Amino acid sequence: MTSTDMLQIIGESGQTVSEDETGLPPEKLVEMYECMLRTRAMDERMINLQRQGRIGFYVPSTGEEAAQVGSGMVFGADDWIFPSYRMPGTLLMRGASPRAMIANCYGNSEDLCLGRQMPVHYSFAEQNVVSISSPIGTHIIHAVGTAYAMRLRKTDAVAGVFFGDGGTSSNDFHSGMNFAGVWKSPCVFVCSNNQWAISVPFEKQTASESVAVKAKAYGMPGVRVDGNDVLAVYQAVSAAVARARAGVGPTLLELMTYRRGPHSSSDDPTRYRGDQADEWLSRDPILRFRKFLERQDLWSEDREQESSTRVKDELNAAIKEVEKLPPPPLDTMFTDVYAKVPKFLREQYEHLIETEGTGHEADPDAAFPL
Amino acid sequence: MAEITIVQAVNDALMEEMGRDEDVVVLGEDVGVNGGVFRCTADLFDTYGEDRVIDTPLSESGIIGAAIGMALYGLRPVPEIQFSDFIWPAFDQITSELAKMRYRSGGQFTCPMVIRTPYGGGIRGGHYHSQSPEVYFTHTSGLVVVVPSDAYDAKGLLKAAIRSPDPVLFLEPKRIYRAPKTEVPEDDDYIVPLGKAAVRREGTDFTITCYGAMVPVAVEACDKAADQHGWNGEVLDLRTLVPLDEDALLASVTKTGRLVTLQEAPKFTGYSSELSAIVAEKAIDVMEAPIRRVAGFDVPFPFTLEHVYMPHADRVLRAIEDVMTYE
Repeated sequence: MTSTDMLQIIGESGQTVSEDETGLPPEKLVEMYECMLRTRAMDERMINLQRQGRIGFYVPSTGEEAAQVGSGMVFGADDWIFPSYRMPGTLLMRGASPRAMIANCYGNSEDLCLGRQMPVHYSFAEQNVVSISSPIGTHIIHAVGTAYAMRLRKTDAVAGVFFGDGGTSSNDFHSGMNFAGVWKSPCVFVCSNNQWAISVPFEKQTASESVAVKAKAYGMPGVRVDGNDVLAVYQAVSAAVARARAGVGPTLLELMTYRRGPHSSSDDPTRYRGDQADEWLSRDPILRFRKFLERQDLWSEDREQESSTRVKDELNAAIKEVEKLPPPPLDTMFTDVYAKVPKFLREQYEHLIETEGTGHEADPDAAFPL
Repeated sequence: MAEITIVQAVNDALMEEMGRDEDVVVLGEDVGVNGGVFRCTADLFDTYGEDRVIDTPLSESGIIGAAIGMALYGLRPVPEIQFSDFIWPAFDQITSELAKMRYRSGGQFTCPMVIRTPYGGGIRGGHYHSQSPEVYFTHTSGLVVVVPSDAYDAKGLLKAAIRSPDPVLFLEPKRIYRAPKTEVPEDDDYIVPLGKAAVRREGTDFTITCYGAMVPVAVEACDKAADQHGWNGEVLDLRTLVPLDEDALLASVTKTGRLVTLQEAPKFTGYSSELSAIVAEKAIDVMEAPIRRVAGFDVPFPFTLEHVYMPHADRVLRAIEDVMTYE
């Protein structure tokens, strides 16, 4: 296999093009498909909310559902996930609730991050989904440290870290890959190569013929996968996780996909990419998997209608409830800076209350410009 | 009691804390087999093994980033940055990730750790083995910043830092790493609490604030002021820069009414500027003279003229004379 060869199981028409070694039972296949539908529906709904001025910002992931869901399903409850900001499907697959994710986007009192970060910068400790930050690639090395701790504590847990093609240019892609190679970390590096880092295309990101080939210099295998083929993603990530769990070492996976939408709700991709996206519209990962399921009589138009309606109703119900919630209490601006609120912060809080009262509310019309 | 150096105190603290808590791990460049370029991690490798005393690849960002991942999972990493001048590749990890993890996750994730790093001039190290970077970090919410000035505090503060639930930047004054020695109780599991300043020399006429390697300089200047003028100065060793022991600062200036601040870092927007502002905001009524700041110059740290750059007792004495003779 050369570095640009690509693992694919399902072809564009839903036909099987190579052996399906996933061993997934029908109910799991359907669960994956429904999670892909939920991810897409959430994308569309949240972008609408942003356009209506009801949330300030959103990062869509349309077209990348197979990469998210196929990889999210693999990791076990004791494994840890270090996500990027463009992967709600992985979080849903790990059991994060849509309601909690919506509350995060509203930044209100039910947001587990207490409205301290922009939308989509989730943290779900219960699901071992580590806090997301905006700077690119910084979390790659965190996963390697956690993987080290997992081995030191003699668990067989695995750390999975997710990033985009832009992330492979970051300092901590290098430090993470290098440390993991040296330490033979139980870590899986998952690059969703969606071919765009905001406006910069992959060929301006690296002169390397692929992301996967970079693994060689760090002493680990690199595997290129059709990222729009949910079964190929599942199979490749499963093999990498098994390898990590068995103590053999880390793997770099490159999931080839495409960012069909803008970088974020504030981005206008028509400024920089012409009609290149058109050819990718015909490579919809959801449509491909649907055809695969229909060929096996696991899915139908009726089920599609029923499922789509149910998913949308669930989201709308959650939005309706979450939208009514108040912003986080004012004192949460000062808590969690340190384990205990130190005297100087308590004084700042008290001075604020004394001089400005407690009437501060979040500005509902404030939108983020980038 | 035994007389030991700061290097030995740091080593003792690490040895004891690693023995007390198996989650404590040490990582960095040359910290393992070699025992650290300043010998602060000597013998840890033989005592606790390569899994807990980790020679890392040469990447400061990688060292701190990996330590963050370890701490997220429950370990208590004590990463070493070989010289604080090399900390900048890790600045992003420290300020954007480490310092904000608890806050940004709503308290769901924390990464307590102690970043140990030698700082400061006086060892003929030129630009890149001499700088004092404290204000880059005291400006960042979420970090505790500690600077010991002798072996007793180095051991007690480091042990307190390792047990702290917050991330701590522990700046070690390498100019006084090996001298003078100070008395430290043997086999005594003492700690020195974070956030508490110490009065090194009691006095009533003026206050000098200082930390780290400038503490002995302040004491020497005070002795000279007493010998030459009969003035009785107070030396306040801040020990922890964040959180500042503001009560101790205000108590001292309320007593003396005169303040000289001392730091070896460059002057402009230095830590002493904040001390001056706090005194101006909260205690201007008790002040009998303008505050004088003695600091490094606002230049890159020089090599040959290092002795001119570094604040010394006579320079501090002139500032003392200014505040004492102000009318």
